[in-house]
Amino acid sequence: MRKVLLPTIIIVATILLILRLFYLQVIDDTFKLKSDNNAIKIQYDYPERGYIYDRNGKLMVANQPSYDIMVIPRDLKNIDTLEFCHLLNIKKEDYIRIIAKAKVYSPRLPSVFLPQLNKAEFAAFQEKIRKFPGFYIQKRSLRDYQVKFGANVFGFITQASEGTVKKNPYYLSGDLLGKQGVEESYETVLRGIKGVKYIQKDKYNREIGSYKEGKFDTIAVQGEDINLTIDAVLQQYGEELMINKRGGIVAIEPKTGEILALVTAPSYDPSILVGRQRSKNYTMLYRDSIAKPLYDRGLLAEYPPGSPFKILTGLIGLQEGVIDENTAFVCNHGFSYARGRFMKCHCHGGVMQLHRGIYESCNTYFASTYMRTINKFVRPADGVDVWSGHLKSFGLGQFMGYDLPTGRKGKAPTSKTYKRIYPNGGWRSTAIVSNSIGQGEVLMTPIQLANMMAAVANRGFYYTPHIIRKIEGEKIDKKFTTKHVTTVNHKYFEPVVSGLFDVYNKGTAHALQVEGIEICGKTGTAENFAKINGKRVKLQDHSIFVAFAPKDNPKIAIAVFVENGYWGARWAGPIASLMIEKYIRGKITRTDLEKRMLEGSLQGEYAKYTGKKETDSLLLSKPELTKSAAQKPDDAETEN
Amino acid sequence: MKNQSVKSNLDWISVILYILLVLMGWFNIYSSSLSTGEETAIFDLSQFYGKQLMYIALTIPLIIIILSVDGKFYEKFSSIIFGVALLSLAGLFVFGKTVKGQANWYSFGSFGIQPAEFAKAATALALAKYLSDVQVNLKDVNRQIQALGIIFLPVILIIPHDPGSALIYAMFVLVLYREGLPAWYLWTGFIAIILFVLSLVFEPWAVILMAIVVIALVYLRSRLVDRNIVASAIVLVLCSGFVFSVDYIFDNVFKQHHRDRFNILLGKEVDMKGIGYNTNQSEIAIGSGGWLGKGFLEGTQTKGGFVPEQHTDYIFTTVGEEWGFLGCMVVIALFLALIFRIIYLSERQKTKFSRVYGYCVAGVLFIHFFINIAMVAGIFPTIGVPLPFFSYGGSGLWGFTILLFIFLKMDANKVNEW
Repeated sequence: MRKVLLPTIIIVATILLILRLFYLQVIDDTFKLKSDNNAIKIQYDYPERGYIYDRNGKLMVANQPSYDIMVIPRDLKNIDTLEFCHLLNIKKEDYIRIIAKAKVYSPRLPSVFLPQLNKAEFAAFQEKIRKFPGFYIQKRSLRDYQVKFGANVFGFITQASEGTVKKNPYYLSGDLLGKQGVEESYETVLRGIKGVKYIQKDKYNREIGSYKEGKFDTIAVQGEDINLTIDAVLQQYGEELMINKRGGIVAIEPKTGEILALVTAPSYDPSILVGRQRSKNYTMLYRDSIAKPLYDRGLLAEYPPGSPFKILTGLIGLQEGVIDENTAFVCNHGFSYARGRFMKCHCHGGVMQLHRGIYESCNTYFASTYMRTINKFVRPADGVDVWSGHLKSFGLGQFMGYDLPTGRKGKAPTSKTYKRIYPNGGWRSTAIVSNSIGQGEVLMTPIQLANMMAAVANRGFYYTPHIIRKIEGEKIDKKFTTKHVTTVNHKYFEPVVSGLFDVYNKGTAHALQVEGIEICGKTGTAENFAKINGKRVKLQDHSIFVAFAPKDNPKIAIAVFVENGYWGARWAGPIASLMIEKYIRGKITRTDLEKRMLEGSLQGEYAKYTGKKETDSLLLSKPELTKSAAQKPDDAETEN
Repeated sequence: MKNQSVKSNLDWISVILYILLVLMGWFNIYSSSLSTGEETAIFDLSQFYGKQLMYIALTIPLIIIILSVDGKFYEKFSSIIFGVALLSLAGLFVFGKTVKGQANWYSFGSFGIQPAEFAKAATALALAKYLSDVQVNLKDVNRQIQALGIIFLPVILIIPHDPGSALIYAMFVLVLYREGLPAWYLWTGFIAIILFVLSLVFEPWAVILMAIVVIALVYLRSRLVDRNIVASAIVLVLCSGFVFSVDYIFDNVFKQHHRDRFNILLGKEVDMKGIGYNTNQSEIAIGSGGWLGKGFLEGTQTKGGFVPEQHTDYIFTTVGEEWGFLGCMVVIALFLALIFRIIYLSERQKTKFSRVYGYCVAGVLFIHFFINIAMVAGIFPTIGVPLPFFSYGGSGLWGFTILLFIFLKMDANKVNEW
């Protein structure tokens, strides 16, 4: 037996070795990664972001180079911190804090030490960078805005958040990405694809050539340029008209669903969110919970639509056959729709038919129509659902699928809504009659209002509103060229359109006619309430106006909302008519009106509820911007 | 009459295995010491692979000399060879050159020689000579002590320079067992190893508690006539004494770097930048090889020089990284084949001298092979033991070559011994 011992020990020991090697090499696969981490340095080449043009090819957003100081904590050596901090004009505490944070992210991967140096700062640092091992400079490109408007349309560029870095493997700490606006919705198109270079390192972290002769390296793919549907001139004009007001303007080309202008007020110059001032400015804008400059009112604000909603009430009444053009209701400056319930009306009273009902905006007429629509069905719930179905076909109560990252559904109430409000049932058309005049449970965003007007302008269909016009070398999404037909038949639109036409000729907006342009519009005044110190307070009404023009062959449909703007024809109406004139004519004839609108301010009104804000300095305010725009038509006139 | 020439009697299977191992070793040394981007001749003597190629070339005259010497020479002169080896080890205390903290070199100009590498073959010869004496019976306690004395003489001289290498000599005890050493020596050694490891992992009292339980079980399960309460108590006292002395020696006699080597293995240390770096990096290198490896000269760990001493003690990491699990299996298979071939040849020997020597050769090759790979794979403490024929170094290569070819010479001569 003594002979067997050595061979036995050898075999057992060898099996042990084989098992261990099998475990290391085959079962545990973490070593592969560790060896890559060890020996391969990854260098990125950031492509230039695509440019953004308006619908006419005017360059709105370009790029400028920027330099980030990056740090790899593992490579840090003893450096002269004092000199380093002095050179970059930072405090030593900041230095310690940033390095500590970078170490937490990864001792091996680069973190941004100081972002977005300008050329002068970069040059000063570049000279001395040899003295500071562990730091290097990463060139990136930053946005260079050619225009001072469109902040909400463009969105902005920011460093990828920690959450994004974890979720999306494309982004690394310090990478930039688009947030909000088209920068976010077309991020993948605009950013391109960064290039990667793998570099072999030795244990001293020295680079010793490219890994596997560059077999895995990729070349950066340039970001693609895009054309927006925005008309730069109209967008700028809209933003100027809205200075010192709050609200939104959405203009759509009815034929295509292209968004011509998307204005929110207050707004800011997009260039304040570039460079080292970015985070300070952004925080200020973000914290302003009163004026909410980062809140895109054109897409996000849900308002009760007010009188413009009567257009839909009328159309649905016609479609459901409960009224025709000649159906008449008598208005006694109000409408007693139930015992003890009276809805006031500001029209001139008398016998109302559809045409006059629209241009005089008669509450009685539409309340009666609405009640008939609901009462057509035995159960009011069925009536509401039919009515709600019609609303949905106009884009209400849904995210419409447009290509901007934010939005709200608005509200198109159904029987379920009322079941929730009246859990015991027993509600009838009288309980929900305020829906008829856009003051009930219905809520719409300005873009939904504009889209509704586009559908009316088209007499029964619309295209999903969208902001992309062209992507270099790519087709735009098919959903933007798909026609949505409303459930209200084509033939019912003409009588309503002619009523809207007379809103300008003899109705609530007769003072706002533009010579030679046949505008169809509708004023609106929406009551609104707010909770101030826990009490429900009625605030100044919102001023609303919707319109499209020209009446035949419409080129623009528009919705204007001015918060606390008293009544429709006071602010929203004039602004809408100026926008239409600007878009169709390219110049303004009614310069007095224009001046009044440009210089008019509702700040006094807003200040009633809140004090002055520190962000005011950041927001678009008057001088140079308005002047240049206001002068344009004058110049044109002198030429004539 | 059979052909008496060495050429025809030489065991060519062993020779081919030897050549394969040496060549594979050189390719891995080439890969691990090649600097990226430098195109140099393979005979560049400023590079490790160039020097190793020269050492390999020099083994050819060495082998010819070994094979040409009369077969009786090694037996007759074994005592003298052993004496010279001991002297050269002792001389290190006076003339030794310190390299990497270990004074185990003689320096001749630009070349150095490590006598410890040659002492193994000398010890094997001395042991074989002693055991082949007709009068030696290992049942005799005096003989046991003398035989163990032959093993411990070089160990005592080596421990101060290189305590790890001294472990190699434990292998000779196994050879003694093959030749009749009582089994309790091995049991004692085995239990001592287990107690040693346990007392590093657990507190001393816990280990003693375990010992009590085991001894009690043995006592209760043995037949009544065999029960001996006094013997059990003595064993317990010895175990306790051992456990406490291990604890004491570990904390007070061992140096910090010795302690660290054990602690890494037991998972007590996690400082992967400091003391744990070697083992960590070598595990990464081997582990990243996967099934088939990254390919010759493609190992990122190897190219980047992340594994320290990769061309010497850690040469197996190159195999693991560039040739993968498959390559490791090939190397292990070659070693096993050579070792078992030697054991097979030993059992075939007609003289006790050559049989014992053959066993010593197999044992020495095996213990190097096992400890080295176990160390780089992270299941054995870091001990500077080279991988035979693979690791860079002239002394090592020549030492193992001499060790092996003396045996092959004896084997070739077996037919005309008397």
